[in-house]
Amino acid sequence: MPVIAPVDCDAFVVKTAFIGNTAAFACGDGTIRLVGEGETIAKAHEGGLLAAAVSPDGRRIVTSGDDGRVVGVSADGSVSEIASRPRKWIDMVAVAAQGAVAFACGRTAWVVQEGGKEKEYTLSRAVGGIAFAPRGLRLAVARYDGVSLFWVNVDSPEQELSWKGAHTGILFSPDGKYIVTTMQENALHGWRLADQQDMRMTGYPTKVKSMDWSAKGRYLATSGANAAVLWPFHGKSGPMGQQPLQLGVRSDTIVSVVACHPKEEVIAIGYQDGMVLAVRFEDNAEVLLRRPGNAPVSALAWDARGERLAFGTEAGEAGIVSLGE
Amino acid sequence: MTATPEAGSDTKIPVTVLTGYLGAGKTTLMNRILTENHGTRYAVIVNEFGEIGIDNDLLVESDEEIFEMNNGCICCTVRGDLIRTVENLMKRKGSFDAILVETTGVADPAPVAQTFFMDDDVREKARLDSVVTVVDSRHVLKRLEDTEEAEDQIAFADVILLNKTDLVTADELKAVEDRIHSINPYAVLHRTERCGIDLKAVLNRGAFDLDRILSLDPQFLEDHDHHHECGPDCDHDHDHHHHDHGDHHHHHGDLHSVKSISLTAGELNPQVFFRWIGDVTQVQGPNILRLKGIMAFKDDPQRYVVQGVHMIVEGDHQRDWKEGEERVSRIVFIGRELDENALVTGLKACEA
Repeated sequence: MPVIAPVDCDAFVVKTAFIGNTAAFACGDGTIRLVGEGETIAKAHEGGLLAAAVSPDGRRIVTSGDDGRVVGVSADGSVSEIASRPRKWIDMVAVAAQGAVAFACGRTAWVVQEGGKEKEYTLSRAVGGIAFAPRGLRLAVARYDGVSLFWVNVDSPEQELSWKGAHTGILFSPDGKYIVTTMQENALHGWRLADQQDMRMTGYPTKVKSMDWSAKGRYLATSGANAAVLWPFHGKSGPMGQQPLQLGVRSDTIVSVVACHPKEEVIAIGYQDGMVLAVRFEDNAEVLLRRPGNAPVSALAWDARGERLAFGTEAGEAGIVSLGE
Repeated sequence: MTATPEAGSDTKIPVTVLTGYLGAGKTTLMNRILTENHGTRYAVIVNEFGEIGIDNDLLVESDEEIFEMNNGCICCTVRGDLIRTVENLMKRKGSFDAILVETTGVADPAPVAQTFFMDDDVREKARLDSVVTVVDSRHVLKRLEDTEEAEDQIAFADVILLNKTDLVTADELKAVEDRIHSINPYAVLHRTERCGIDLKAVLNRGAFDLDRILSLDPQFLEDHDHHHECGPDCDHDHDHHHHDHGDHHHHHGDLHSVKSISLTAGELNPQVFFRWIGDVTQVQGPNILRLKGIMAFKDDPQRYVVQGVHMIVEGDHQRDWKEGEERVSRIVFIGRELDENALVTGLKACEA
């Protein structure tokens, strides 16, 4: 039976993550609650915290805010500044495997290498989302009418992936073969990088705002419908011509966040009404992790072993669910 | 794009859109809103920091980013940067009460307004309160000759500040007012110098709020000494504002510029009316900048109000018709190249 340890957050929970054994709750008021042995509150931003990403090595969480700063926060609550763009609202951030940090605002994206070397990328239209390729050597930028791909260490012309419309979020597949974007329309768009084959994934009643890859990148799980929609990516041609899995179907609410278990074919699903379910892919077996609350679930994250789940909502309700034996 | 009642609209953050041609005095008004003690905390979205000398952590610069939703039709464009900024602001909910959006001097106000109706996420969190346009009394006539944008900004306005009135003669001012009136007869107009106006007349107007569409009678000039507002239950006699609607319609303006068409009819058959207004806005949407109406449906004890921007139309029952109140339907279209005869015939055919 899952046990919930509640965590008090006073503001919109933008992102949850585990830094080792410590659960981090990045909140809209600029603070990060760190819950490990004890509880620490780190003040990451003067104003609001707009975006956060956990480094692939799990050492720190990187956040950006409307104070124009990008900072790294460790499990002990120490805050170190990575970059500062005064008066800009930095609302996109990504961390690469080798430690580089990318951030963006308006029509500009930047990459800061671990040694501090910075590179600036100017785009013709506003950036909708940024993502590093799995090895961190390429940066993908979602924008109006497609995606721009840049090499991080080499000066070379950008590579373009075109698809009409506004692309608002972006992910690489874990094997680096695919790029998927969320769109202003209620749809996803994907490209197979080898041949730029387009993939269109539609049928959502609302915009898709949360995407996550299942263990080994077999499925791409998405929010935006009354069930978590999981597109199969393990076949030769990705999801093309295939039906997605639909897990945790509800009749009266919409999935707001998805987080796949790091090892098993299990997904944690957060809904607009605040409920959280864990669902197994194989047989759709459901376990209730949290009853409906006061606000949409806005963040979900598993720890590395898949034994604990940190959740947060738009109203600042938050907690850690332990799934123990 | 169906007529849906707004549920719980008071929990939504009100948004005021501020437009006006370069040099009209927008920044002056903005600075006043940011510095004066009016009890409302504003998050402000500007196109550039420029001369706004205020250090406010809820002041954000945003590059206008037009998203075309379908086929590039003007009716389906929204401001992508606004969607993003509203989403960002919601992470700090509680630290502000209202949002003010300043557009660039040459901006078409339609995509801004449409964002608050067409994007589901924004619509859920925020509601458009009013479009306020600052006009330079001295230069506006010339601007209107040169540019469509100046005309659009006046056509879209719910409130117009006729600014810099100290720099023109009484006759010139009269000519400017007549011209503005011919484009947009229902905007509330205030004469100002250096945007000197009680901010209550500009903020929290509820101009897009169906409950607050009180009258379609031109309230052409509301200046400081005429500082009187009637609530929905006011039984004040508004008839002294009335034009003579005896000939059922009147219009102003040249063929290709923006004009307003005011139509009146008797009691309508609601089914026929909804089909008609749906067709009109689908077909003529690109040419219709704004529309507002108060409709009398046969056997319906309540007034039905509609308002729209291009192809978007919203409508709802508002309040009971009062005893002795004349049950007439009135609708005003503001737009370009509108086929007036077709509109007159169309509305007439809706009569029950």
